[in-house]
Amino acid sequence: MVSPAQTKEIAYEPVIGLEVHAQLQTESKIFCGCRVSYGEEPNSLTCPVCLGLPGALPILNKQAVEYAMRMILAVGGQVNGHSVFARKNYFYPDLPKGYQISQFDKPIGTGGAIQYRVDKGEPQCCRLIRIHLEEDAGKSIHPESGESRTRVDLNRCGTALIEIVSEPDLLSPQEAYAYLVKLKQILQYLEVCTGDMEKGHLRCDANVSVRPVGQKELGTRTELKNMNSFKGVERALTFEIERQTALLRAGGEIEQTSLMWDEKKQVAEPMRSKEESHDYRYFPEPDLLDLTITSEWIESVRAELPELPEEKAERFLSDYRIREYDAGVLTDSRELADFFEQVVALFDDPRTAANWIQTEYLKTLNELKLSVAEFPVRAVQVAGLLKLVSSGKISGKMAKTVFAEMVSRAMSDQQRDFSPEGVVRDLGLEQVSDESALALIVDKIISENESQVQAYRNGKEKLFGFFVGQVMKETKGQANPEVINRLLKERLGN
Amino acid sequence: MSDYKSMTAAEIAKAVSSGQLSAVEITKEALELARTEGKELNAFVTLCEEKALKQASELDQIVKDDRAGGSPPLPLCGVPVAIKDNISYTGYKTTCGSHILEGYQPPYDATAVQNLIKAGAVIIGKTNMDEFAMGSSNETSYFGPVKNPVGDDLVPGGSSGGSAAAVAAGIVPIAFGSETGGSVRQPASFCGIQGLKPTYGGISRYGLVAFGSSLDQISPFARNSEDLALAYQAVSVYDPNDSTSLNYERPNYTKALDRDRKFRIGVPKEFFAEGLDAEVEKSIRDGIDRLRAEGHTIEELSLPLIDQSIAAYYTIACAEASSNLARYDGVKYGIREGGDKSLAEMYAETRSVGFGDEVKRRIMLGTFVLSSGYYDAYYQKASQVRELICREFESAFEKHDLLIGPTTPTAAFKFGEKIDDPLAMYLSDMFVASANLTGSPALSIPCGLTSDERPIGLQFVARRQGESELFQIAHAWERLA
Repeated sequence: MVSPAQTKEIAYEPVIGLEVHAQLQTESKIFCGCRVSYGEEPNSLTCPVCLGLPGALPILNKQAVEYAMRMILAVGGQVNGHSVFARKNYFYPDLPKGYQISQFDKPIGTGGAIQYRVDKGEPQCCRLIRIHLEEDAGKSIHPESGESRTRVDLNRCGTALIEIVSEPDLLSPQEAYAYLVKLKQILQYLEVCTGDMEKGHLRCDANVSVRPVGQKELGTRTELKNMNSFKGVERALTFEIERQTALLRAGGEIEQTSLMWDEKKQVAEPMRSKEESHDYRYFPEPDLLDLTITSEWIESVRAELPELPEEKAERFLSDYRIREYDAGVLTDSRELADFFEQVVALFDDPRTAANWIQTEYLKTLNELKLSVAEFPVRAVQVAGLLKLVSSGKISGKMAKTVFAEMVSRAMSDQQRDFSPEGVVRDLGLEQVSDESALALIVDKIISENESQVQAYRNGKEKLFGFFVGQVMKETKGQANPEVINRLLKERLGN
Repeated sequence: MSDYKSMTAAEIAKAVSSGQLSAVEITKEALELARTEGKELNAFVTLCEEKALKQASELDQIVKDDRAGGSPPLPLCGVPVAIKDNISYTGYKTTCGSHILEGYQPPYDATAVQNLIKAGAVIIGKTNMDEFAMGSSNETSYFGPVKNPVGDDLVPGGSSGGSAAAVAAGIVPIAFGSETGGSVRQPASFCGIQGLKPTYGGISRYGLVAFGSSLDQISPFARNSEDLALAYQAVSVYDPNDSTSLNYERPNYTKALDRDRKFRIGVPKEFFAEGLDAEVEKSIRDGIDRLRAEGHTIEELSLPLIDQSIAAYYTIACAEASSNLARYDGVKYGIREGGDKSLAEMYAETRSVGFGDEVKRRIMLGTFVLSSGYYDAYYQKASQVRELICREFESAFEKHDLLIGPTTPTAAFKFGEKIDDPLAMYLSDMFVASANLTGSPALSIPCGLTSDERPIGLQFVARRQGESELFQIAHAWERLA
């Protein structure tokens, strides 16, 4: 007999596979012309097709197909020349036809992989099984207190989705998190999905099992649902891995089931068995033709694929000779990378630009919780500011003050001049580089501090800083430090 | 205007567009017949009086305004038309002969309806039908059975019995039904008129309430081939709103009617199978002899898979129906039962009360053949059989322009005769279902009477998009008869 103490010693490792649904940001829905938009009057973005009225028929949105193709090609998957839509049959009030049009045994995409890193570790790879196209359901709005009925909003119904199904290649909640971050980054780079999990534009279900380290075959898995953030996925997985491990160590068995993650309670609880015992009775959708994609079409989509994060970072390294870490940060999002390149186009010192953007600029963006696009201070203003520093008009230290003022003006009243030149002028911060003017001040400081001059000339070289400080004080910090240094050295001699 | 009943659609259109007859008068006459004889027959669920009269007076105005005759006449100008109650028409309920859709009014017109109106047709009413087009005798309608104008005790056939009866009784010269598996040819045969099941994709399905989506086609009835061709021409238009609609240029069907072509006609021996009534067989064989005498080439052939068509058809049609009818769940429109109970109970009660027995039988059958563990043995196998039947037909049409046979194994049967024996009822589709599976166009035309004067139907099947050949042979047949 194995004592509890002995079983405890067995080390378990988790195996995780993710199913991610991404809402495609197409103009219209996947099978009708209704606009895709959020937060509108319930059921206002509907028509006979997405309402599932008797007799209405679906028409495939070509843009949705191309968006799916972009994603498949970007992750190195295969776009299948022949794929088939299928009906997934189940009853739910927010599913007006009683079936969802999806793809089953012949998806539009197969294979491919996502490369990710956990923190700053080595790159790892998670293979993909498939990517397929389908339509979203509507939303059931369950009663709040005082209300007795569930209401249905079908605005979302018929929004195009891709489902991205991974192999069980992820070996920790941290890997799952890193995979999701990367997946989102690619979707955003391709401009096919906003990637916003909080808004439900990205949804993730996780399949997880544990097995003794060294064992090849997989343990019994459970499915986790209802996570609404990447961190939530990580926490839910951590919880479930601990639960499964503890159960196995106690001699129990894992039941293959679906669990709902409760973010408030931080626990995953089994769904009622009725809710999960579905036989979806998939069969080919007779209202749509099989989807045929020619190799010409694939190549035209491939030709228009944007540069992906890794390629962009590589290029930044070679074109701009910035540090690898900086290239990684700057290519985190496509809009930040574009911003950097816009600044560099106007200001020819990529390293300085890279530093500035990563420090002052991103810090401010984070504080204000704004995206690059939402932030009113643009590349042209940032480049202008950096030019003022490099030409010696203002000091690097002053530049921070100027930037803060630019931001404050831009945020409060965009009518006001928030250009760096305007701010410097208004604040009277222009650096004094005029030698004759500065020479007068230097002479004045020397004559007013005779004892220190003596001490310096006797070898107390540390006092040099004292003289610089005095000149700066006199000029309210606007003196050009290089000019002062030179003038002081000339006059003080050695 | 007492001769309205004997006028063809072509004659009415000509008379109305030349100003000899008023569309309003014609419409009133048709509505009056629908209210009297139509009521006797129980052919209509709804009369569209208000819109019909408005449409008709607009047509009269157009004719009046165009005295000079500058614009081409509308092909169905002022022709009263009836449509089956599974075709969406704004402003009127669409019941599909079912209780479950009570109160539902479509907010849009079917594409076929739009095209009919464009052609100048006046839609006078929506016709009774087997519930959700499931039935071969019109006995499954929630609104009661339609009577066959040939005889009170005879079924009109189904599922488009109301449309067939309306045309046979002379209430309208043209009516539209729908076919999934013979639902127009079979009632045409029973009522002694003509019915065309077009090539799959010939007429847009947009707005036709789905039964078996891969089989469904809106299909016209008429009393002669010219009207049938006119009716088909008006609605056979490519529709981007239906992915399965065929995009090709349609020929002018009426123009081609008079071409005196000699066809190579194949006689599949499977169309003369066990169960074929002797009188029907004799009549059809005589007909074939007459065609031979006219100079058409007649050749026997064997299409053995036709014997499998009923099994394949019912498997596929029921599978698709089980999914298509899932939307009638009490949530969005139609009746709701058990609304104060749990969601599952509401679904169950609504569907138990709302659907009739035949519909429930087919939903259960369809759900079964798609369910996990049975899919391969039933639905998948039926799809494979269907593919094989298609190939068999294709190779037959390499040698033959047309196939010929009886439309139905018997002439119209009596009410109550088969309603409690679903299998016997299903077998009345044994000669029609193959054309639905293959998507081929097929036409039923009267071919004599039984000794007790029940009409017999002769069926022609053509290759896909071969409607012209069907109209031509029908026209030639009319001259023979």
